[in-house]
Amino acid sequence: MEETGASAAGSFWTYTAGLGFAVLLTAASFIVAQTNLLWPPGVPAGLAVLAIAQMGVHLVFFLHIGTDSEQTNSVLALVFGVFIVALVVIGSLWIMDHLNANMVSPSAVMEMQH
Amino acid sequence: MSAQVGIADLAAPQVTADASGAGPAPVRIVVGYGFWIFLLSDIILFSALFATYAVLHGQTAGGPSSRDLFGLGNAGIETSCLLLSSYTCGLAVLALGRRRMSAFYWCCTLTFLLGATFLSLEVSEFAGLLARGAGPSRSAFLSAFFSLVGLHGAHVTVGLLWLIFTVAQTAHRGPLDFVRRRMLCFSLFWHALDIIWVALLTLVYLMGAR
Repeated sequence: MEETGASAAGSFWTYTAGLGFAVLLTAASFIVAQTNLLWPPGVPAGLAVLAIAQMGVHLVFFLHIGTDSEQTNSVLALVFGVFIVALVVIGSLWIMDHLNANMVSPSAVMEMQH
Repeated sequence: MSAQVGIADLAAPQVTADASGAGPAPVRIVVGYGFWIFLLSDIILFSALFATYAVLHGQTAGGPSSRDLFGLGNAGIETSCLLLSSYTCGLAVLALGRRRMSAFYWCCTLTFLLGATFLSLEVSEFAGLLARGAGPSRSAFLSAFFSLVGLHGAHVTVGLLWLIFTVAQTAHRGPLDFVRRRMLCFSLFWHALDIIWVALLTLVYLMGAR
Protein backbone atom coordinates (compact mmCIF):
# COMPACT_ATOMS: atom_id res chain seq x y z
CA MET A 1 0.00 0.00 0.00
CA GLU A 2 1.83 3.07 -1.13
CA GLU A 3 1.41 6.46 0.47
CA THR A 4 -1.55 8.48 -0.78
CA GLY A 5 0.47 11.57 -1.48
CA ALA A 6 -0.06 14.32 -3.98
CA SER A 7 0.05 11.94 -6.94
CA ALA A 8 -2.54 9.47 -5.68
CA ALA A 9 -5.36 11.68 -4.43
CA GLY A 10 -4.46 14.97 -6.05
CA SER A 11 -3.39 17.96 -4.06
CA PHE A 12 -5.13 20.85 -2.37
CA TRP A 13 -4.46 23.00 -5.43
CA THR A 14 -5.91 20.38 -7.79
CA TYR A 15 -9.20 20.48 -5.91
CA THR A 16 -9.14 24.27 -5.60
CA ALA A 17 -8.43 24.74 -9.31
CA GLY A 18 -11.25 22.30 -10.08
CA LEU A 19 -13.63 24.24 -7.85
CA GLY A 20 -12.61 27.50 -9.56
CA PHE A 21 -13.22 26.11 -13.06
CA ALA A 22 -16.52 24.54 -11.97
CA VAL A 23 -17.74 27.81 -10.44
CA LEU A 24 -16.83 29.73 -13.62
CA LEU A 25 -18.60 27.20 -15.88
CA THR A 26 -21.69 27.06 -13.63
CA ALA A 27 -21.90 30.86 -13.56
CA ALA A 28 -21.55 30.92 -17.35
CA SER A 29 -24.39 28.37 -17.66
CA PHE A 30 -26.72 30.47 -15.51
CA ILE A 31 -25.83 33.65 -17.45
CA VAL A 32 -26.37 31.94 -20.81
CA ALA A 33 -29.72 30.52 -19.64
CA GLN A 34 -31.05 33.81 -18.27
CA THR A 35 -29.89 36.35 -20.84
CA ASN A 36 -29.90 36.65 -24.61
CA LEU A 37 -26.13 36.81 -24.75
CA LEU A 38 -26.17 33.84 -27.12
CA TRP A 39 -28.35 33.63 -30.20
CA PRO A 40 -31.57 32.28 -28.57
CA PRO A 41 -32.02 29.13 -30.72
CA GLY A 42 -28.40 28.24 -29.92
CA VAL A 43 -28.83 28.43 -26.15
CA PRO A 44 -29.54 24.68 -25.57
CA ALA A 45 -26.42 23.79 -27.58
CA GLY A 46 -24.38 26.34 -25.61
CA LEU A 47 -25.66 24.95 -22.30
CA ALA A 48 -24.84 21.40 -23.42
CA VAL A 49 -21.28 22.43 -24.31
CA LEU A 50 -20.82 24.14 -20.93
CA ALA A 51 -22.23 21.08 -19.09
CA ILE A 52 -19.90 18.70 -20.94
CA ALA A 53 -16.94 20.98 -20.20
CA GLN A 54 -17.88 20.99 -16.52
CA MET A 55 -18.17 17.19 -16.43
CA GLY A 56 -14.67 17.07 -17.91
CA VAL A 57 -13.42 19.41 -15.16
CA HIS A 58 -14.99 17.16 -12.49
CA LEU A 59 -13.46 14.03 -14.04
CA VAL A 60 -9.96 15.49 -14.23
CA PHE A 61 -9.74 17.58 -11.06
CA PHE A 62 -12.03 15.69 -8.64
CA LEU A 63 -12.02 12.08 -9.88
CA HIS A 64 -8.40 12.32 -11.12
CA ILE A 65 -9.04 10.52 -14.40
CA GLY A 66 -5.84 11.13 -16.30
CA THR A 67 -3.28 9.66 -18.62
CA ASP A 68 -1.18 7.76 -16.04
CA SER A 69 -0.42 4.21 -17.15
CA GLU A 70 -2.15 2.84 -14.04
CA GLN A 71 -5.39 4.53 -15.19
CA THR A 72 -5.53 3.07 -18.69
CA ASN A 73 -8.25 0.64 -17.62
CA SER A 74 -10.29 3.38 -15.96
CA VAL A 75 -10.15 5.52 -19.10
CA LEU A 76 -11.16 2.58 -21.30
CA ALA A 77 -14.11 1.85 -19.00
CA LEU A 78 -15.08 5.53 -19.10
CA VAL A 79 -14.99 5.58 -22.90
CA PHE A 80 -17.21 2.50 -23.03
CA GLY A 81 -19.60 4.05 -20.46
CA VAL A 82 -19.86 7.27 -22.47
CA PHE A 83 -20.55 5.19 -25.59
CA ILE A 84 -23.45 3.34 -23.90
CA VAL A 85 -24.87 6.56 -22.43
CA ALA A 86 -24.77 8.22 -25.86
CA LEU A 87 -26.50 5.18 -27.45
CA VAL A 88 -29.26 5.21 -24.82
CA VAL A 89 -29.92 8.96 -24.83
CA ILE A 90 -29.46 9.79 -28.53
CA GLY A 91 -31.12 6.54 -29.64
CA SER A 92 -34.19 7.12 -27.45
CA LEU A 93 -34.59 10.72 -28.61
CA TRP A 94 -34.11 9.78 -32.27
CA ILE A 95 -36.57 6.88 -32.21
CA MET A 96 -39.25 8.69 -30.19
CA ASP A 97 -38.94 11.77 -32.37
CA HIS A 98 -39.61 9.71 -35.49
CA LEU A 99 -42.44 7.90 -33.71
CA ASN A 100 -44.05 11.23 -32.81
CA ALA A 101 -43.67 12.45 -36.38
CA ASN A 102 -45.46 9.34 -37.70
CA MET A 103 -48.27 9.43 -35.14
CA VAL A 104 -51.69 10.70 -36.14
CA SER A 105 -52.75 13.42 -33.74
CA PRO A 106 -55.97 12.83 -31.70
CA SER A 107 -57.73 15.75 -33.42
CA ALA A 108 -57.02 14.22 -36.84
CA VAL A 109 -58.52 10.93 -35.66
CA MET A 110 -61.68 12.80 -34.61
CA GLU A 111 -61.95 14.34 -38.08
CA MET A 112 -61.50 10.97 -39.78
CA GLN A 113 -64.45 9.60 -37.82
CA HIS A 114 -66.78 12.24 -39.26
CA MET B 1 -8.68 -6.89 11.05
CA SER B 2 -12.04 -6.90 9.39
CA ALA B 3 -13.14 -9.27 6.67
CA GLN B 4 -12.90 -6.60 3.99
CA VAL B 5 -9.15 -6.25 4.41
CA GLY B 6 -8.73 -9.98 4.02
CA ILE B 7 -10.83 -10.10 0.86
CA ALA B 8 -9.06 -7.12 -0.67
CA ASP B 9 -5.63 -8.57 0.11
CA LEU B 10 -6.61 -11.95 -1.33
CA ALA B 11 -7.88 -10.26 -4.46
CA ALA B 12 -4.65 -8.41 -5.11
CA PRO B 13 -2.42 -11.32 -6.26
CA GLN B 14 -5.03 -12.44 -8.79
CA VAL B 15 -4.58 -9.17 -10.63
CA THR B 16 -1.59 -10.15 -12.68
CA ALA B 17 -0.96 -6.96 -14.62
CA ASP B 18 -2.47 -3.61 -15.47
CA ALA B 19 -2.54 -2.46 -19.07
CA SER B 20 1.04 -1.25 -18.85
CA GLY B 21 2.24 -4.77 -18.03
CA ALA B 22 4.04 -3.46 -14.94
CA GLY B 23 2.89 -6.26 -12.63
CA PRO B 24 0.35 -6.58 -9.80
CA ALA B 25 -1.49 -3.33 -9.13
CA PRO B 26 -1.71 -2.04 -5.54
CA VAL B 27 -4.94 -2.75 -3.66
CA ARG B 28 -5.93 0.92 -3.75
CA ILE B 29 -5.86 0.89 -7.57
CA VAL B 30 -7.85 -2.36 -7.77
CA VAL B 31 -10.50 -1.13 -5.30
CA GLY B 32 -10.75 2.23 -7.04
CA TYR B 33 -11.10 0.53 -10.43
CA GLY B 34 -13.85 -1.81 -9.24
CA PHE B 35 -15.75 1.06 -7.70
CA TRP B 36 -15.30 3.10 -10.87
CA ILE B 37 -16.99 0.27 -12.85
CA PHE B 38 -19.92 0.42 -10.40
CA LEU B 39 -20.16 4.20 -10.82
CA LEU B 40 -20.21 3.90 -14.61
CA SER B 41 -23.04 1.35 -14.41
CA ASP B 42 -24.89 3.75 -12.10
CA ILE B 43 -24.41 6.54 -14.65
CA ILE B 44 -25.85 4.25 -17.35
CA LEU B 45 -28.89 3.69 -15.08
CA PHE B 46 -29.29 7.47 -14.87
CA SER B 47 -28.91 7.82 -18.64
CA ALA B 48 -32.09 5.74 -19.12
CA LEU B 49 -34.01 8.17 -16.89
CA PHE B 50 -32.42 11.17 -18.63
CA ALA B 51 -33.58 9.77 -21.98
CA THR B 52 -37.08 9.19 -20.52
CA TYR B 53 -37.23 12.76 -19.24
CA ALA B 54 -36.00 14.22 -22.53
CA VAL B 55 -38.61 12.22 -24.49
CA LEU B 56 -41.51 13.01 -22.13
CA HIS B 57 -40.59 16.64 -21.42
CA GLY B 58 -43.41 18.00 -23.58
CA GLN B 59 -46.09 15.48 -22.52
CA THR B 60 -47.76 17.69 -19.90
CA ALA B 61 -51.34 16.39 -20.45
CA GLY B 62 -52.65 19.95 -20.15
CA GLY B 63 -50.93 20.36 -16.79
CA PRO B 64 -48.08 22.70 -15.82
CA SER B 65 -44.95 22.63 -17.98
CA SER B 66 -41.34 22.98 -16.85
CA ARG B 67 -41.49 26.71 -17.65
CA ASP B 68 -44.38 27.17 -15.18
CA LEU B 69 -42.81 25.13 -12.38
CA PHE B 70 -39.05 25.62 -12.22
CA GLY B 71 -37.18 28.70 -11.03
CA LEU B 72 -33.44 29.09 -11.18
CA GLY B 73 -32.96 30.54 -7.68
CA ASN B 74 -33.52 27.27 -5.84
CA ALA B 75 -31.51 25.31 -8.42
CA GLY B 76 -28.63 27.78 -8.05
CA ILE B 77 -28.43 27.31 -4.27
CA GLU B 78 -28.67 23.53 -4.68
CA THR B 79 -25.85 23.57 -7.24
CA SER B 80 -23.61 25.66 -4.96
CA CYS B 81 -24.25 23.31 -2.01
CA LEU B 82 -23.41 20.20 -4.00
CA LEU B 83 -20.32 21.70 -5.64
CA LEU B 84 -18.88 22.98 -2.35
CA SER B 85 -19.65 19.67 -0.65
CA SER B 86 -17.77 17.85 -3.44
CA TYR B 87 -14.81 20.17 -2.79
CA THR B 88 -14.81 19.65 1.01
CA CYS B 89 -15.14 15.88 0.42
CA GLY B 90 -11.97 15.95 -1.68
CA LEU B 91 -10.19 17.92 1.05
CA ALA B 92 -11.36 15.34 3.62
CA VAL B 93 -9.68 12.55 1.61
CA LEU B 94 -6.48 14.61 1.46
CA ALA B 95 -6.60 15.30 5.21
CA LEU B 96 -7.12 11.61 5.98
CA GLY B 97 -4.19 10.65 3.74
CA ARG B 98 -1.98 13.05 5.71
CA ARG B 99 -3.35 11.90 9.09
CA ARG B 100 -4.68 15.37 9.91
CA MET B 101 -7.66 14.09 11.83
CA SER B 102 -9.24 17.34 13.03
CA ALA B 103 -9.14 18.75 9.46
CA PHE B 104 -10.68 15.46 8.27
CA TYR B 105 -13.58 15.70 10.73
CA TRP B 106 -14.21 19.37 9.91
CA CYS B 107 -14.26 18.67 6.17
CA CYS B 108 -16.60 15.70 6.64
CA THR B 109 -18.93 17.82 8.81
CA LEU B 110 -19.05 20.52 6.13
CA THR B 111 -19.65 17.89 3.43
CA PHE B 112 -22.52 16.45 5.44
CA LEU B 113 -24.11 19.84 6.22
CA LEU B 114 -23.91 21.00 2.59
CA GLY B 115 -25.34 17.68 1.37
CA ALA B 116 -28.14 17.85 3.94
CA THR B 117 -28.93 21.44 2.89
CA PHE B 118 -29.17 20.27 -0.72
CA LEU B 119 -31.49 17.45 0.28
CA SER B 120 -33.77 19.66 2.39
CA LEU B 121 -34.08 22.16 -0.49
CA GLU B 122 -35.02 19.33 -2.82
CA VAL B 123 -37.58 17.92 -0.39
CA SER B 124 -39.16 21.35 0.06
CA GLU B 125 -39.29 21.76 -3.73
CA PHE B 126 -41.03 18.38 -4.06
CA ALA B 127 -43.46 19.32 -1.26
CA GLY B 128 -44.23 22.62 -3.01
CA LEU B 129 -44.96 20.82 -6.28
CA LEU B 130 -47.22 18.29 -4.53
CA ALA B 131 -49.07 21.12 -2.78
CA ARG B 132 -49.73 22.73 -6.19
CA GLY B 133 -51.23 19.49 -7.47
CA ALA B 134 -48.17 18.89 -9.67
CA GLY B 135 -47.33 15.46 -8.24
CA PRO B 136 -45.86 12.54 -10.20
CA SER B 137 -49.32 11.29 -11.20
CA ARG B 138 -50.29 14.59 -12.89
CA SER B 139 -48.58 13.99 -16.26
CA ALA B 140 -45.94 11.90 -17.99
CA PHE B 141 -43.60 14.90 -17.79
CA LEU B 142 -43.95 15.09 -13.99
CA SER B 143 -43.59 11.30 -13.60
CA ALA B 144 -40.29 11.51 -15.47
CA PHE B 145 -39.22 14.56 -13.45
CA PHE B 146 -39.89 12.93 -10.07
CA SER B 147 -38.18 9.68 -11.14
CA LEU B 148 -35.05 11.42 -12.38
CA VAL B 149 -34.61 14.03 -9.64
CA GLY B 150 -35.91 11.63 -6.97
CA LEU B 151 -33.35 8.97 -7.92
CA HIS B 152 -30.57 11.54 -7.61
CA GLY B 153 -31.97 12.63 -4.23
CA ALA B 154 -32.08 8.98 -3.10
CA HIS B 155 -28.41 8.64 -4.05
CA VAL B 156 -27.58 11.76 -2.01
CA THR B 157 -29.47 10.30 0.97
CA VAL B 158 -27.53 7.03 0.72
CA GLY B 159 -24.31 9.04 0.42
CA LEU B 160 -25.04 10.98 3.61
CA LEU B 161 -25.69 7.74 5.55
CA TRP B 162 -22.51 6.27 4.09
CA LEU B 163 -20.55 9.37 5.18
CA ILE B 164 -21.83 9.03 8.77
CA PHE B 165 -20.81 5.36 8.74
CA THR B 166 -17.34 6.08 7.34
CA VAL B 167 -16.64 8.88 9.83
CA ALA B 168 -17.80 6.67 12.71
CA GLN B 169 -15.53 3.88 11.48
CA THR B 170 -12.60 6.27 11.17
CA ALA B 171 -13.18 7.49 14.71
CA HIS B 172 -13.39 3.90 15.92
CA ARG B 173 -10.53 2.25 14.00
CA GLY B 174 -8.24 5.16 13.15
CA PRO B 175 -6.88 6.03 9.67
CA LEU B 176 -6.05 2.45 8.63
CA ASP B 177 -5.56 1.52 4.99
CA PHE B 178 -8.97 -0.10 4.59
CA VAL B 179 -10.69 2.89 6.18
CA ARG B 180 -8.90 5.19 3.76
CA ARG B 181 -9.94 3.03 0.81
CA ARG B 182 -13.57 3.29 1.94
CA MET B 183 -13.28 7.04 2.22
CA LEU B 184 -11.76 7.09 -1.27
CA CYS B 185 -14.74 5.11 -2.62
CA PHE B 186 -17.16 7.45 -0.85
CA SER B 187 -15.44 10.48 -2.40
CA LEU B 188 -15.65 8.90 -5.87
CA PHE B 189 -19.38 8.29 -5.29
CA TRP B 190 -19.92 11.87 -4.10
CA HIS B 191 -18.04 13.39 -7.06
CA ALA B 192 -19.99 11.18 -9.49
CA LEU B 193 -23.26 12.45 -7.98
CA ASP B 194 -22.06 15.98 -8.65
CA ILE B 195 -21.40 15.09 -12.30
CA ILE B 196 -24.94 13.71 -12.60
CA TRP B 197 -26.29 16.89 -11.00
CA VAL B 198 -24.51 19.00 -13.65
CA ALA B 199 -26.41 17.11 -16.37
CA LEU B 200 -29.64 17.32 -14.36
CA LEU B 201 -29.32 21.05 -13.74
CA THR B 202 -28.66 21.72 -17.41
CA LEU B 203 -31.43 19.53 -18.84
CA VAL B 204 -34.18 20.02 -16.25
CA TYR B 205 -33.67 23.50 -14.81
CA LEU B 206 -31.57 25.65 -17.16
CA MET B 207 -33.16 24.37 -20.38
CA GLY B 208 -36.57 23.80 -18.77
CA ALA B 209 -37.00 27.25 -17.25
CA ARG B 210 -36.61 29.05 -20.57
